[in-house]
Amino acid sequence: MPFDINNVIDIMSAICLLIGSFLCVSGGVGILRFPDFYTRIHAVGVTDTLGSGTILIGLMLQCHESLVFVKLVMILLMTIFISPIACHALAKAATLSGLPPLLCNNKELEKKL
Amino acid sequence: MLIGATIAILVVMILAITRGIIGPTLYDRILAVNMFGTKTVLLLSLLGFVMGRPHFLDIAIVYALINFISMIGVLRYSNSFAFEPPTQEKEKLPEEP
Amino acid sequence: MKDLVAVVMLAGIYSLLSASFFVVMDAADVAFTEASVGAGISTLLMLVAITMTGRSEHLVRHKPMLALVVVTIIGGLLIYGTLDMPHFGAVDSPIHGYVAPRYINDSMQEVGVINIVTSVLASYRAFDTFGEVVVIFTAGIGVLVLLSVERRPEDDAEIDSLNKAMHEQQLILRIATKMLIPFILLFALYVQFHGDFGPGGGFQAGVIFASAIILYAMLFGLSTARRVINQSFIQLVAAIGVLLFGSTGLVSLLNGGNFLDYNVLFVDPIAGQHLGIFLIEWGVGCTVASVIVLIFFNFAGRRENYKRKKHRETK
Repeated sequence: MPFDINNVIDIMSAICLLIGSFLCVSGGVGILRFPDFYTRIHAVGVTDTLGSGTILIGLMLQCHESLVFVKLVMILLMTIFISPIACHALAKAATLSGLPPLLCNNKELEKKL
Repeated sequence: MLIGATIAILVVMILAITRGIIGPTLYDRILAVNMFGTKTVLLLSLLGFVMGRPHFLDIAIVYALINFISMIGVLRYSNSFAFEPPTQEKEKLPEEP
Repeated sequence: MKDLVAVVMLAGIYSLLSASFFVVMDAADVAFTEASVGAGISTLLMLVAITMTGRSEHLVRHKPMLALVVVTIIGGLLIYGTLDMPHFGAVDSPIHGYVAPRYINDSMQEVGVINIVTSVLASYRAFDTFGEVVVIFTAGIGVLVLLSVERRPEDDAEIDSLNKAMHEQQLILRIATKMLIPFILLFALYVQFHGDFGPGGGFQAGVIFASAIILYAMLFGLSTARRVINQSFIQLVAAIGVLLFGSTGLVSLLNGGNFLDYNVLFVDPIAGQHLGIFLIEWGVGCTVASVIVLIFFNFAGRRENYKRKKHRETK
């Protein structure tokens, strides 16, 4: 097939969307399987921001109008800015309220290590 | 490709709601709602592209802001709720420097 | 489920799901309003109310069987009544026969605004919108009459010291919020004036503007927020919004047309329509923003008073 710039942009957008969906799904699986609240915050905080970022970049490569592009840039900046701060606030509130993290209390495991 | 991404985001939203229903402590539920909110922003942007209507991006921006403000509100006022400790005993946490 | 906080969270998710339904059904304006009001402001106000009343529901001594039976019967009758209506989206129902095509075909020539929802809300059915704005204003007055609290200057000093102590704990949040608030205010102005071309308008813009101020008040303390925006100024702005709306109608009367008929506001009828819609959306935005800020200040002011009294009792 002819080497067209449109095809290259389409393929790059598809790759970004694929990576983004994989990250988001892994975040969703993580929130269900991790054992403790603090580990779950870790899963959600990291994959949420990165997955949203890649999906939005994939969408940006596909749009044709400039106003839509500017709005997508704004959503991207806002997500990158807001999402980690919200997770930080949640973790801080949980710590100050006294929610204990899951520590290693198992003596056999300590012997192995 | 867009439709595949939309289905993936819908699956993640269902997973987040499951954690919101199960979650033993209050903070698990708050985390689930937060994740649901960010995935909704993504879903609105993707749906806008799939259905060919870029106006939905305005709704996505508003929802991202509202999600943030609700989170801050919940955390700010959760100090006055009595927090029930889970079944493990409360350990003394180190003082903040 | 006895835990009221969990109920409030689930109510937030519910209104978010209804906003998604509206998006899927292609009604962008309604989804906008539902997302901002239902998922944002209602959740916040209910949380503030819960901090005053207590977290779990009281035990109910009796089982409300009679109420359940009555509700089920009436609900069943209502559903049976709706079976008579035409199917959802059927082509031959009266709505799609007469009402909708008239507005869709004639709106551009008569009003000149691209967004048909705005033209119906602000021009064809402007009197209805006037009634809504007056209802919101009355709600604000009701909250002021019932819930306002006397403030003394020595209390402010006490709260100031509390806020400074909290500064260390909330440093990251405060810095991030300071950077975010101008952006939110600017976005509210964008939504207000963009209502002609896309989803938006006065109601949504007022809610977003108010949520920016509420964010500031939550993180920096209520007394700091009151120093930034005076309570009497907010009351004045609420009244000015309704006044603006009403006087647009009166000016149309004085110019020889009907009440709220914008065609007579200017030499060219289309320009008159644009001017009329601009003015009343501005009035709606002012009133909605100031009433929501008023309600939040009074709820939270009560709570601060309550906390301060308890703090003094335990000393």
